[in-house]
Amino acid sequence: MGDTGTSGPPRTIGPLQKREVRLAWSLLFPTIAIVSAVVVLPLLAIFWISFKPIGLADLRPPGPVVREALRGAGEEARIEYRVRNSSQSEAINGVTLSDVVPDGVTVRELDERCEISGLRINCVIGELEGGARDRISVFVTIRGDEAAAEAAIEDSEPAMTGSGKNILTNLEFTLANFAKIFDGKEFWGVLGATLFYTVFGTVGALVVGLFAAMLLNREFRGQGVLRGLYLFPYVAPVIAVAFAWVILLDPFSGSVNELLVQMGVVDEKINFFGDRPLALIMVTVFEIWRYFPLSFLFILARMQSIDSDMYEAADMDGASPFQKFWYLGLPQLLGILSVLFLLRFIWTFNKFDDIFLLTGGNAGTRTLTVNVYEQAFAVSNIGAGAAVAVVIFFCLLLFAYVFFRTMSQEEGL
Amino acid sequence: MHVLRYGYVAGPLIGAFWAPVMAIVACITVSFLTGEGLRPTLIPCAALGFWLGYAGLPARGRELAPRLVRAGLLAVVPALAILLLGSAIVPAADATPVHAVALAWVIFVLASVWPVRAMLRPLPHGRATRHEFEEAVIRFLTGFGYVFFTAIVAVPFYVMVMTSLKNQSELLQNPLDFTIDLSKGWELLRSYQELFADFNFGSYLWTSFYISVITVLLTLLFSVPGAYAVARLRFKGQKAFSRSILLIYMVPMIVLALPIYIAFSMAGLRNTVIGILLIYPVTTIPVALYMLQGYFRGLPAEVEEAGLMDGLNRLQVIWKITLPLALPALASVSLYVFMIAWNEFLLAFMLLDDPSKFTLTRGIASLDSSEVPRQHLMAGAVISTVPIMTLFLGLERFMTKGLTAGSVKG
Repeated sequence: MGDTGTSGPPRTIGPLQKREVRLAWSLLFPTIAIVSAVVVLPLLAIFWISFKPIGLADLRPPGPVVREALRGAGEEARIEYRVRNSSQSEAINGVTLSDVVPDGVTVRELDERCEISGLRINCVIGELEGGARDRISVFVTIRGDEAAAEAAIEDSEPAMTGSGKNILTNLEFTLANFAKIFDGKEFWGVLGATLFYTVFGTVGALVVGLFAAMLLNREFRGQGVLRGLYLFPYVAPVIAVAFAWVILLDPFSGSVNELLVQMGVVDEKINFFGDRPLALIMVTVFEIWRYFPLSFLFILARMQSIDSDMYEAADMDGASPFQKFWYLGLPQLLGILSVLFLLRFIWTFNKFDDIFLLTGGNAGTRTLTVNVYEQAFAVSNIGAGAAVAVVIFFCLLLFAYVFFRTMSQEEGL
Repeated sequence: MHVLRYGYVAGPLIGAFWAPVMAIVACITVSFLTGEGLRPTLIPCAALGFWLGYAGLPARGRELAPRLVRAGLLAVVPALAILLLGSAIVPAADATPVHAVALAWVIFVLASVWPVRAMLRPLPHGRATRHEFEEAVIRFLTGFGYVFFTAIVAVPFYVMVMTSLKNQSELLQNPLDFTIDLSKGWELLRSYQELFADFNFGSYLWTSFYISVITVLLTLLFSVPGAYAVARLRFKGQKAFSRSILLIYMVPMIVLALPIYIAFSMAGLRNTVIGILLIYPVTTIPVALYMLQGYFRGLPAEVEEAGLMDGLNRLQVIWKITLPLALPALASVSLYVFMIAWNEFLLAFMLLDDPSKFTLTRGIASLDSSEVPRQHLMAGAVISTVPIMTLFLGLERFMTKGLTAGSVKG
């Protein structure tokens, strides 16, 4: 790129700036390297796996397994290798076996598939069908102590080769996973639960957070203490607070149920996390409870940076408290509220732990993220789990697009 | 709406809304303190509040005698309500002792009279200006807000701590009874003692602690140079880079956890602390980088340029000028990352099966079975909550800053 114009700044970069660019990339390199190893590679992997017919059991590729034993005595003494295929369904090819015969043992007669060179026996077994077993016997003469010879024979581990097709690395693809997850009512149920949880969880946390921020946006004794207290739900480990809720709302011996019965609100105890559609409402309430502190913190920070002059001017003009909030306060908060809404929307959409700990995805609370776990580990269908993950990822890209479009209009966080 | 703007309308209405709330609060408080069941009757409560909201209107120069007469006449409303529908707070069972009911009444009256009077202070008896009316409504909402938020935050933690001090039969007998028998002494802490003695919680605590600390160190090691480069150096792709950091920060963990589980199973890294230490920093580096670059941008560039003029190279500038200036930000980031690592559940749950390598969260998850009594589960929850809370309350200033800067990670 040459400098074509005669005016304006030079378009080439000088040596000083070149050095700066080099430094920048070398400072960024460690982060880029580790993040791509642990984030980008798994993301690519998830796409690959989502097109694979793979279950939890297929994670260990099929291979030959051998057990070696000395059998018989005297004339009948033989080393027996029992070979089997570790997989019940996949065939393995090119199976060979090789072992060393210890001192004090001489080979008399070999299986026809084997040959001996020096002390080493090499056998070619060839193909093993899924679930197939095979046996190779090598007749031997034992000099000296039989027990010692037996120990020596069983000490020398036979080496096996042979590999089946590894379902993870071969080029066999299928659309069955996607067909499975998009199939039928289940998918719409999951999507509906996800949308309900995300929309109401996000809006609820924002509104409750806004209310809390307005409460604390004034000077009084104990303000710091209350602010610290209101952050507790967010700071405590999710597993601790989720279990506290589960125990508090237990259908048989939970305190809340007991309280409601004693207060005469209900006659029968309520199964908060076990009944549709109450369970979904309850996990959403938990989400609001746990994340309102975050919205409250952000909104409070923004409120405290609003210039008080404006309010004083409004006071002079006789604006009432609600008018001041509606016409002066709220417009100033719109920026932070929209950014918070988008970010919280994405995070709520991504939430897994909370629902998993509260209901395990039962009673109509299975969201997309819980479905990943459900498919991959509960149903042991890793491929289907990966397919759900791919769906999530595309939703995320959509949200991120909207987010960046909005972010470039709003002042940054 | 305009009819509301008379003191003698708005006042009783505020009272009628406030008193039932306080009756419920009083009943719940007494139930949780004594274990006795109490029942608020809402309409008599509202009627009492209604009367209180009239009688409690500020005098503002009105004469005493007619005020008393009017208030006395209006006392018919609550009297009638109580006569027809029963007392405002009644025992749930015949066996409920009198002292519990009395305590609830005391709380109810105190929590109604004083706040209602405070709420009505801006209101005149007759027509109120918009200002006066809204001021009273705001006072009502504020009072309600404090009670509401304090209750919803405090109750789960109160139940968590109290449950951990009880035993199974007590809990089943009366789930409301959170009284603790102090005469039991150390026996109260039995669940904790058993967790440390029989369930290995000492080891979990230690594992969680050192994993979190190493995660903080590794995160800083990677994110400080990266954040500096993004904030200070000019290079092509800067914007794309900071956006992709934000994007990566949004990828849900469960999406990554699945391939990581597969890869770790194959590489034999599952069930190892090394494996966990490989993953945790990567989940926190994007956040840390994002927070730090914001802070670095806010530092005056002139100081660094002066350093460059004086012959330091960039790395020396970072080490000798930028980092010391950024110490508060580093503290915030460290605390925040520590919190994420300490609270992390999903990866620990998926990747660790061997009890000798459990982190605290994974250890608590293993207590969630029907064989382990619930006071153990709650004791585990308390053990995991107390350190992070102590850290948080001790360093709240940094933590709050870290959370706001650290944006909106879930």
